[in-house]
Formats: sequence, C-alpha cells, structure tokens
Amino acid sequence: MGKLKTIARRTFLIGSAAIAGGVAFGTYMVRKPHDNPLEEGLVGGTAAFNPWVMVDRDKVTLIAPHADKGQGVNSAQAALIAEELDIEFGQFEVGFGVPSAAYWNTAMADEGVPFMSTNESFSADTMRSVMGGVLKLMGMQGTGGSTTIPDSFDKLRRAGAVARETLKLAASKKTGIPVKKLKTANGAVQLPDGSELKYTQLATIAAEIDPVEDVVLRDPAQWRMIGRPMQRLDIVAKSTGTLEYGIDVAVEDMVHAAVKINPRQGGKLKGYDAKAAEMMRGVQKIVPITNGVAVIADNTWRAFQAAEAIDFDWDSAPYPAQQDNHWKEIANSFVDERLDAEWRNDGDVEATLTAGRALSAEYRAPYVAHQPLEPLNAVIKVNDDRVDLWTGHQLQRMAQQIVAAITGHEPERVHLHNQFIGGSFGHRLEFEYLKQAAEIANQMRGMPVKLTYSREEDFAHDFPRPIAMARGAGAVIDGRVAGIDLQIASPSVIGSQMGRAGISVPGADAQIAAGAWNNPYSLANYRMRAYRVPELAPVSSWRSVGASAAGFFFDSFLDELIHEAGADPMEERIRLMEHAVSRKVLEAVAEMSGWGGTLPSNKGRGVAFVESFGVPIAEVVEVVSTENGIRVDKVWVACDVGRIVDPVNFENLVQGGVIFGLGHAINCEIIYSDGMAEQTNFDSFEAMRLYQCPEIEVRGLENAGKIRGIGEPPVPPAAPALANAIFAVTGKRIREMPFNKYIDFV
Amino acid sequence: MRLNVNGRMHEVDVEPDMPLLWVLRDELGITGPKYGCGISACGACTVHIDGEAVRSCQTLMSDVDGEVTTIEGLGTPDALHAVQAAWIKHQVAQCGYCQSGQIMQAADLLANNPDPTDADIDEAMSGNLCRCGTYLRIRSAVKTAAATLGNG
Repeated sequence: MGKLKTIARRTFLIGSAAIAGGVAFGTYMVRKPHDNPLEEGLVGGTAAFNPWVMVDRDKVTLIAPHADKGQGVNSAQAALIAEELDIEFGQFEVGFGVPSAAYWNTAMADEGVPFMSTNESFSADTMRSVMGGVLKLMGMQGTGGSTTIPDSFDKLRRAGAVARETLKLAASKKTGIPVKKLKTANGAVQLPDGSELKYTQLATIAAEIDPVEDVVLRDPAQWRMIGRPMQRLDIVAKSTGTLEYGIDVAVEDMVHAAVKINPRQGGKLKGYDAKAAEMMRGVQKIVPITNGVAVIADNTWRAFQAAEAIDFDWDSAPYPAQQDNHWKEIANSFVDERLDAEWRNDGDVEATLTAGRALSAEYRAPYVAHQPLEPLNAVIKVNDDRVDLWTGHQLQRMAQQIVAAITGHEPERVHLHNQFIGGSFGHRLEFEYLKQAAEIANQMRGMPVKLTYSREEDFAHDFPRPIAMARGAGAVIDGRVAGIDLQIASPSVIGSQMGRAGISVPGADAQIAAGAWNNPYSLANYRMRAYRVPELAPVSSWRSVGASAAGFFFDSFLDELIHEAGADPMEERIRLMEHAVSRKVLEAVAEMSGWGGTLPSNKGRGVAFVESFGVPIAEVVEVVSTENGIRVDKVWVACDVGRIVDPVNFENLVQGGVIFGLGHAINCEIIYSDGMAEQTNFDSFEAMRLYQCPEIEVRGLENAGKIRGIGEPPVPPAAPALANAIFAVTGKRIREMPFNKYIDFV
Repeated sequence: MRLNVNGRMHEVDVEPDMPLLWVLRDELGITGPKYGCGISACGACTVHIDGEAVRSCQTLMSDVDGEVTTIEGLGTPDALHAVQAAWIKHQVAQCGYCQSGQIMQAADLLANNPDPTDADIDEAMSGNLCRCGTYLRIRSAVKTAAATLGNG
C-alpha cells in the first residue's frame, strides 16, 4: 500500500510531467514515521515532493493550497512563489491543488500550545515544535487561525527559488552557458547575449534533472513584490461577475438538491409527509438522510419550494430548548468541577483585592452565526470507482475522509476540486453539508447532484460562536490598576467542533479564554480561570474564535478599572504594557488618533487592545451621541504582523475585520427558542450595513519577529473599544453584546 | 415565456411565479447574479430591468416586463463599465460574492444621480449587504465611478 502510494505519487510527478513535456517542482521533504505501516517502503524513510510549481510547454501553474474565502490568499500564495521564481502576475495560472498531506500546515501549532505568543522560552518553542511535528505527521492540511501567511511565507518562497534554480540549470544544460552567468526575469531565463529562454521552453529538460534544492532566499531589500501594492488576481473576475464560486459549478446532467434537517440541531426526524411535495413540478425524488430529508429536482428553486411543502414531525433538541436555560447553565459553571484551566496566577490577587478599592462586574457574549453570503453548497458525483466533489472547503483532507466514510471509497478516490468561497468566517470548516451531499449522491450513484442550502436552512444549521460569561473582580490602588481576577465560562468550541469530525482533543481548551489569559500586559497581580461548560447548542469557530468574546470581557473590565482609578485609558494601558512590540502598537494608535486632545461633549473615544493569533492590535473608536442614538464615526487601528505582504489587501482585511467586529457587537445574536434559532435570515441578523460604517484608518507595524496573519485579529478589539467609547460619552457601561439591547444606534 | 437578457432573447418554460434569479441561474446558466437570502434582504441578486435595479430573487417571471441586464451585460473584463473599472481600481472585493449586486446597485444610483453625496450613497447602497465589510471601498469606488462618468 505504502509502496503503491509512493510509486503513484512519483509517477504523477515525474512520469506524467514528462509525458506532458513538463515538470513539477516541490521543495518540502516530509519525513514519514517509520512505524506507520501505510508508509513502509518509502525510499530512505523519506518521501516525495509535493508540487507548488508546475511548468509544461504551454504554461506555468502555481499551486495555492490554502483555501480562498475572500482573504486574498490565492494571490498572496502565488506572489510568494512568484517573488523568487521571477515571474509576473499574468504570466502564470493558479490552481488550488489536490488534498495532500504534503500541504500540512506548518503554522497551526502556534495556536495549539498553552504558551503565550510572547513567550519565546525554550519550553514554549519546544512545545510548538512538538505540536508542529504532530500536525505534520497527521498531514493536517487546513486554512484557519490566520495561518496562511505564516505557513506559506518561507516555504512558498523556497518553492519558487528551487524552481528558478532548476530552470537555470536546465538552461545551462541546453546552452552550455554556466549557471552563474544566467539570470531570470519575467518568466524566462536571460542569457548573457540578451536573448531569453522562457520557462515553458525549458520544461522538458527540467523534467529530466533533479531539482536544485540548495537555494538561498533573497534578501528583503531585493524583493520586487512583497510589501508593495498588488492587484489581486481575482479582482477583475470578482468585479465582472465572471468568477466561478462553488455555487456556480455546473456539471452535465446535474440535478439540484435541497435539504430540510431538524432545525433543533442534532434532533431526530420522527416522520414526514411528502405527498404534496412529490407532485410538484420538477421534483424527481425525495430521499431520507440523517435527521432530515432531501428533495431532488431539476432546478434549485423547485427543490426549495418542494422542501417547504413537506410536513415534518421533528424530535426535540438534545440541548435546552430555551435560551434562558443556556444562560443558567453558564452561570452555574463557575465551580471547581468545571475548572478547565487556571491560566494565570501572577502575584497575589486575593491580597490585592483586599488592599485596594475593589470593583466587580459580569459580562456576556451571545451566540453569533457565521452566515457568509454564499450559502453552503456542493456538487458531488458518486461512481463505483471514484467520487468527484466540487466545493470550497478549508480542511480538504478531512473533507475527503468524511465523504469517503459515507460512500465507502478509499479517501484518495474522493477527488475534491476546491473552489473559491464566498466568505466563511469559520463556516467552511464544517462538514455537515458535505455529509448530507454524500448521503444524497450515494443513493443516486452516477448522477451528479448539486446541494444548495437555502438561507433559512443555513441559519438553522449554522453552528454559532458559543455564548460566554465573565466575572471580573479587580482593585485599584493609588490611581492605578493593581490587580485583576477574571473568570470566564463557556462551552468548548474545540470540543464541539472536533467532536463532530470524530476527533477527541485532550487537555484544556485555550480558546475559552483566548484574548484574556494570553494578553501580554504586565499585570503584577492577575488571576485568570477558565471554566468549561458542557456542550449546549453545538458551536463552532467564529472569526477570531475565543478572543471575540474573551477579549471583550478582559478589555472592558480593564477599562472599568482604569476609570475607577481615575487614570487615562490610553496612558494606563501603555504603562501596563511592558511587551515592547505591543506597547508600540498602543503608542501608534494613540498618535494616529491624537489621543489626549479635548473632544466636544457629544463625542467619546474608547481604546481597546487584544492580542489574538500572535498579533497585537489596538483600536480607538470615536462615537457621537445624537438625537437618534450613537453614531460610530471613526476608528483608528494599529497592529503588528511582523511583515506585510500586500498593503492593499492588508488594509482591506483590517477594515473588514473591524466592521465585522463592530457590526455583530452592535446588532447580532442568535437566540434559541423551542430548540431552534429564532433568527432565520438577514432581516433579523444583518451585522453592519453601509449607513453604519465608520471611517477606518489603518497602520501596520513591522516590529514583531514572526510573520503573522491578519484575517482574524482585527475583530476582537472592536467590541470593547466601542463599549469603552460609549461609556466615555454617555457614562453607560454596556457589559453584554449586542449593544443595541441597551442603547440606540443611528 | 420570452425573456431578453443582456440583449439576447431566450425562450423559457417555467412557472410564472419562479423568481427571475433562478431563471437566470438555473435555466439560462447566467451566474453573475447571486443567491444570498431569497427575501430581498441582501441585494446579491440585483439586476436591472430596463435600467432600474431590482432584486431578482423577489421579481417573479410573470412580472418581468422589460429588458434584463445582469452584471455580465453591464460590462466585461475586456470592456468594463465605469463602475466595474472603479471597483477594480479600489480593489473592493474580498470574497466578492455580494459585489455583482453592489455594482449593479451603484450603476443604477449613478444613472439617476451623477454626483451623489455620502448620504445619497449610504441610502442607495445600504440594501446591499457585504459580510466581509468592504463598505469603505464601495464608497470610494462609487465616487471614482461618478467622477469617471462625469468626465465622460
């Protein structure tokens, strides 16, 4: 088995490439475990290349295996390769690649270890290295946790460099000119006489030589792309309606499916009457699937209509039917038996609370849904010998395995054709829609089926961010924040999410209090305890995960204490921040916003700082109190990702993250009633619209040592900065999202 | 039933109450207009009928009484409409799923109001939801397109 796999992979890389007169380059050698029987027979205990660069007679193709759900990583990954390969946008194609262990994510380990990002100690780095090894052995291919750039930054540049040097060697062999006299530019090897050989002209020779692995990455001073504005490769298609998303995929003779699954998530289907639906125009079939039914029709709308015409008898939910009881469970969880971890116990909090002027407060964060604008969808065709699956997914290999388990194929027989995704925010980490698509298509072998969720079905089955509650006690002494004792209780996202994928994750869930336990403030007295609430409604990772709630709790409470101390919110945060990179972020946002000047009495400002995914980020929000309510006027953001790959896309992602954070903090919650989400469409869950959108000024610093991703970090500080601003202008402290329950907004 | 889309006449055999969106997408394979909500709450399905922006998810086939223009008919990668060119210049899109609708709505706004104020833009564009939060670039791109069209 192992041998066959190796041969197949080598055949694909070298054999098929040679047939096509081309070559595939790879650079990452993945060490395989000797004790894994599947991998026996790999030459020398090491395995195969994996391709990021393919060149044939006609074209250069770069592989960007990280899923693009709008964050622009299709372009960014290509740019990292192209930087070293000396090829320009427009001179190559980009593919998503196939699911492969070779694309294991080298950066996910950072979020999986119980050490702060600022901790560069031996033990923290060792643990990261061990975690990284585990993910490597698992072949954990995935997009999430703002890891695309950290994962790709070195290895894709190296992939480009290896391809470049090998193409130069090929040119040397063809012309007899020594390699050191050859240069590369514009997708070609430049000869000393001024003529050039295009990479495509060198494909056949390059396919016959071993890749040059001994390469040196260029000095940043030589970069021609990284750090400069780029035009995203997908921008023209996305501005002309010509980009094909998963929902646009059409396969010959395809039928359309809609599903109705028990809206009480995980509840059973007791019975149904589909007589009326069966008679409707275009309906071909109505089939039972797990906890629901699927309607197969000749058109999406007809499938939706027929699904609505079915009478269902749904069973009850496996969690409390009413929202109040979810909150009661959370409130009852601040007990020793549910202590998940005491993350911090610095100094002597008890003594500080006794010695200083004490303050306490309770905070809440609601369930919120992902609801990207493209509803979940998949096209799938199950044949006896293979499965073809067209969908956009962030965990390609797990998707492959989950579908294979349903159809009974070997995972490698499931051909996942990854697609551009119309937003995710964590939604496309989930597998339920794929399981349903596979169940349907498996009952209709040979027939391609396109499953499209209606928006209502998508809302009903969105696994939201968990509800969470915090209890803070703190003390001020001599006009300063002296100590904080913060407790947070929440169901475990990781437990719920990985549980659905059949994986049990041992140990504490660092996400329950992410943004609170790992903040880099130098608080002399800080205790932080996280409590794990048994799962209520099933929950999932929502853009920035734990930090979107815990960051709100920590920073809001810190702000309360600063006001109690009579200190300035910015100055006191800076005083408490000894971590140099984070401190500069606070100083930058203070300077940008002109913090400290006087404001008219109807205006107020709040600042918040939250670190998530290793990125320190501070936001200042300015609000105006008007007759019609609070208007958010302006936001200033400073953050540090170590290195900015594309400043244009970077700014867009930061602004979008702030808007995402503000919009949900102001307007959104999912409430369970009778076991079902009350919110069923964008009329009752719409986050921010243009009329509420403030100006947002962004500054990216590059002081941090490690490169980081920016997809998620802008979200967490938005809510506390806004709440702090509202307090500044109204004196009203809002301790629960969404804020529109407590105050009107314009 | 006959339907004129982007200057081409089509004959379709559908129920009178089928929304235009699904006729376009599933019957004619014109996929630029997107399904987002089905209740006119997001604007991703926006097309023009005789130049006026409508939500195709709530426009029944029987109510279509003019020429339909979709994003594909507004302009193409080789022959961009000024609004599309502005969207590209400002690199508005993130996931891009809402942008067909945003662009069609903006084209309608500028056809009726060549020099919109911020308030005009907010009013005209607030029915189009963008979950990625590209609103600031939408504002800028509308202004750029207005300037281009004004100089044209």
